[in-house]
Amino acid sequence: MEDIKPQLHKVTIDGIEVEVEPGTTILQAARKIGGDVAPPAMCYYQPLKGSGGKCRACLVRVAAGSAKDPRPMPKLVASCITPVQDGMVVENSTNEQVLTTRKAIVEFLLINHPLDCPVCDQAGECDLQNFAFNHGMATTRYEEERRTFEKHDIGPYIQLHMTRCILCYRCVYTADQITQKRVHGVLGRGDASEISTYIEKAVDNDFSGNVIDVCPVGALTDKTYRFKNRVWFTKPVDAHRDCPTCSGKVTAWYRGEEVIRVTARKNEWNEVTEFICNTCRFEKKKTSDWVIEGPTKISRSSVISANKYRADLIKPDFQKKLAAATYTDVDDERDTSQLGIQQLPPERFAPVLPHANDPEP
Amino acid sequence: MGKKILLEHINVPGIETFDVYRKQGGYTAVEKAIKTMSPDGVVDEVKKAGIRGRGGAGFPMGMKWSFLAKPEGVPRYLVCNADESEPGTFKDHYLMKNIPHLLIEGMIISSYALGANKSFIYVRGELMYVIRILEKAIAEAKAAGFLGKNILGSGYDLELVVHPGGGAYICGEETALLESLEGKRGNPRNKPPFPAVKGLYQCPTVVNNVESIATAAWIVNNGGDAYAAIGIGRSSGTKLISASGHIKKPGVYEIELGVPVEEFLYSDEWCGGIRDGHHLKALVAGGSSVPILPANLITKLANGEPRLMTYESLSEGGFQTGTMLGSGGFIVFDETACIVRNTWNFSRFYHHESCGQCSPCREGTGWMEKVLHRIEYGHGSMHDIDLLVDVAKKIEGNTICPLGDAAAWPVASAIRHFRDEFEWHITHPSEATQPGAVFKGEMALV
Ligand SMILES: Cc1cc2nc3c(=O)[nH]c(=O)nc-3n(C[C@H](O)[C@H](O)[C@H](O)COP(=O)(O)O)c2cc1C
Ligand code: SF4
Ligand code: SF4
Ligand code: FES
Repeated sequence: MEDIKPQLHKVTIDGIEVEVEPGTTILQAARKIGGDVAPPAMCYYQPLKGSGGKCRACLVRVAAGSAKDPRPMPKLVASCITPVQDGMVVENSTNEQVLTTRKAIVEFLLINHPLDCPVCDQAGECDLQNFAFNHGMATTRYEEERRTFEKHDIGPYIQLHMTRCILCYRCVYTADQITQKRVHGVLGRGDASEISTYIEKAVDNDFSGNVIDVCPVGALTDKTYRFKNRVWFTKPVDAHRDCPTCSGKVTAWYRGEEVIRVTARKNEWNEVTEFICNTCRFEKKKTSDWVIEGPTKISRSSVISANKYRADLIKPDFQKKLAAATYTDVDDERDTSQLGIQQLPPERFAPVLPHANDPEP
Repeated sequence: MGKKILLEHINVPGIETFDVYRKQGGYTAVEKAIKTMSPDGVVDEVKKAGIRGRGGAGFPMGMKWSFLAKPEGVPRYLVCNADESEPGTFKDHYLMKNIPHLLIEGMIISSYALGANKSFIYVRGELMYVIRILEKAIAEAKAAGFLGKNILGSGYDLELVVHPGGGAYICGEETALLESLEGKRGNPRNKPPFPAVKGLYQCPTVVNNVESIATAAWIVNNGGDAYAAIGIGRSSGTKLISASGHIKKPGVYEIELGVPVEEFLYSDEWCGGIRDGHHLKALVAGGSSVPILPANLITKLANGEPRLMTYESLSEGGFQTGTMLGSGGFIVFDETACIVRNTWNFSRFYHHESCGQCSPCREGTGWMEKVLHRIEYGHGSMHDIDLLVDVAKKIEGNTICPLGDAAAWPVASAIRHFRDEFEWHITHPSEATQPGAVFKGEMALV
């Protein structure tokens, strides 16, 4: 048998050509190019088998199916689950229909969302916030009552605030795939569906805490961290410890001298790179528990990096002063050229800072 | 009288029993297929017959069968979709409870053609008594040697399993059905892969409607060409129509495809016309999912020719002036029906039945329902109408399964054809919310 390397597939996305292995999805090919070419993803999660296809945030237009059959596909397709073909031509941010539909998806995801970002732990590192900010409208057409649910404790460490859930199923796949037995699934149908542990049975599994990290919104939160701080006031560092259960490689979130939260490490697409155990996540909150490797590279969740690393970019003045006052102790020499914040013109911030031009106190 | 293929013996006393069914020529098709035809020979006849799936989508059955992947050493499955839950459609129920052996015979032939040794009938869970009828029929067929090991000495084995459905409309969507059959939550799967490649337990699977499968017996007995000779063009054969609403004779009728809609509606052989003293206002021709048509577009096409009961003629004019044959749920409305209320009612159904996997359908169906409720109860405003049209448009085509489209079409079409009625609800809230109040504006009544 000859050892033939599989022929790479040539795909054009938003006019940019990229070569990928057969079987790669459009989304992965687009991520290879990066930037605006990569469609947003609210349910797809690369480490979780079977995820994707649900939220429809990643819909793109296939203008030509393949070199062999260059016909366009009749409907928009979910880029996260559609494999590329050689010669495929895809339109993402260059297609009007895609952008309109994406706006609609934001709207759909928000109509039953409580929009309680000001009190939500996820704010600042929330996929839904980012998605809405990048693709949504500033106003809503929804006048009806929103669905609400009671809060549930899922075991001693995790709280489920179902009202915020966007039913991406990531936590369900996580519970299915990384914990030994699933005691957690979806009950009910339609907009009454709810993430549930059967009869509130606690998820007592060494790895259950990972559902917090995979949750794109603040529906699953860390009870040891709830209401302790805002992520943009905390400073993430890569740290590790010798753990008998998991790799022990984590991100430790500091406020001053104190570790106030531990999470798994994430890649630039906000996906966990290695799941961690509950002991590392919930029990090790002392600096002495960890070997610090250095500051975590933050490339996507721009708000986290905003106030501290690029204080000079934040206008107006009072914010700069606030940031400077709070973060004088932050000594950060990392390369900031990759930070998303730089690409956003200051006008983008104007509407959300109503007091920006107030005279200084 | 039109030709009867499925309901020919429906009135024979005792036809639900094996003995009577057999005496009427039942199971001869199994004998013919298994003793004289190869599996591919059966597939060829079904292809020649040109029969299109009767579950709603109208995909040619023979073509679906020939797409079935046949990898070595992997079992193949046939699954009969008997989940029938579409509002307005009740033909499969009627067929199964009255002539269960017709479905069993069709299942044996189809399974043989596809090389399946274990086949399933997924019956709507609420129809427990039908499940018992089917199980009894299976036991009788087995006792007579038409099921089980070594059928008629041919060496072909087949086991038939009747499975009660999960109690949701969405379990009728073929991939949700397969999930449900596997014991999981009935969520539709993303396609591709299609069931023909990865279906039940990840094995190649064909899913067909009750009526489609039941037709296989006649096709084997009489040949695909004979079947194709019935009907018109690509709408070959006969179709069961579930007729309901404001007509004199509601019921299940078997028609040759190609009967004019007007004849079906007014002839005494079928619906018998609109109830006395009333007029036709609107029609839903193929079950709640298809676009509603106003009276002036029902019986005639834009060019003045009569509209026929065929896949093509009903969809003539696209969604502007046409609709779809769907699953054949023929719902007739006279002038006493309030279109807004009916649209809200349909919308309520789809909101309740959305599985909730994909955002446009999960959120959009509830949104439309609430806005329609508001309009119906006198709290609507004019921009709500455009909002509904826009929400429907944003759902359509952007979902995992066709339930999203099915929820969007009734709303979009009702507003397209009856906008004045929606506006009247908004401008005359106190009148419109009186019990039984119906818009009496400039409507084309026939
Ligand atoms: C929401 C939804 C519900 C459906 N319900 C049914 C049903 O109850 N019975 C049925 O035969 N097909 C139903 N279908 C169509 C099936 O998905 C599938 O197309 C059909 O069973 C194929 O059989 P056929 O080719 O013989 O029509 C439904 C489809 C959707 C999207
Ligand atoms: S709780 Fe979070 S992870 Fe789970 S389905 Fe809801 S949004 Fe997704
Ligand atoms: S369209 Fe509706 S029913 Fe179909 S998969 Fe999506 S949410 Fe479920
Ligand atoms: S990311 Fe592709 S559908 Fe959700």
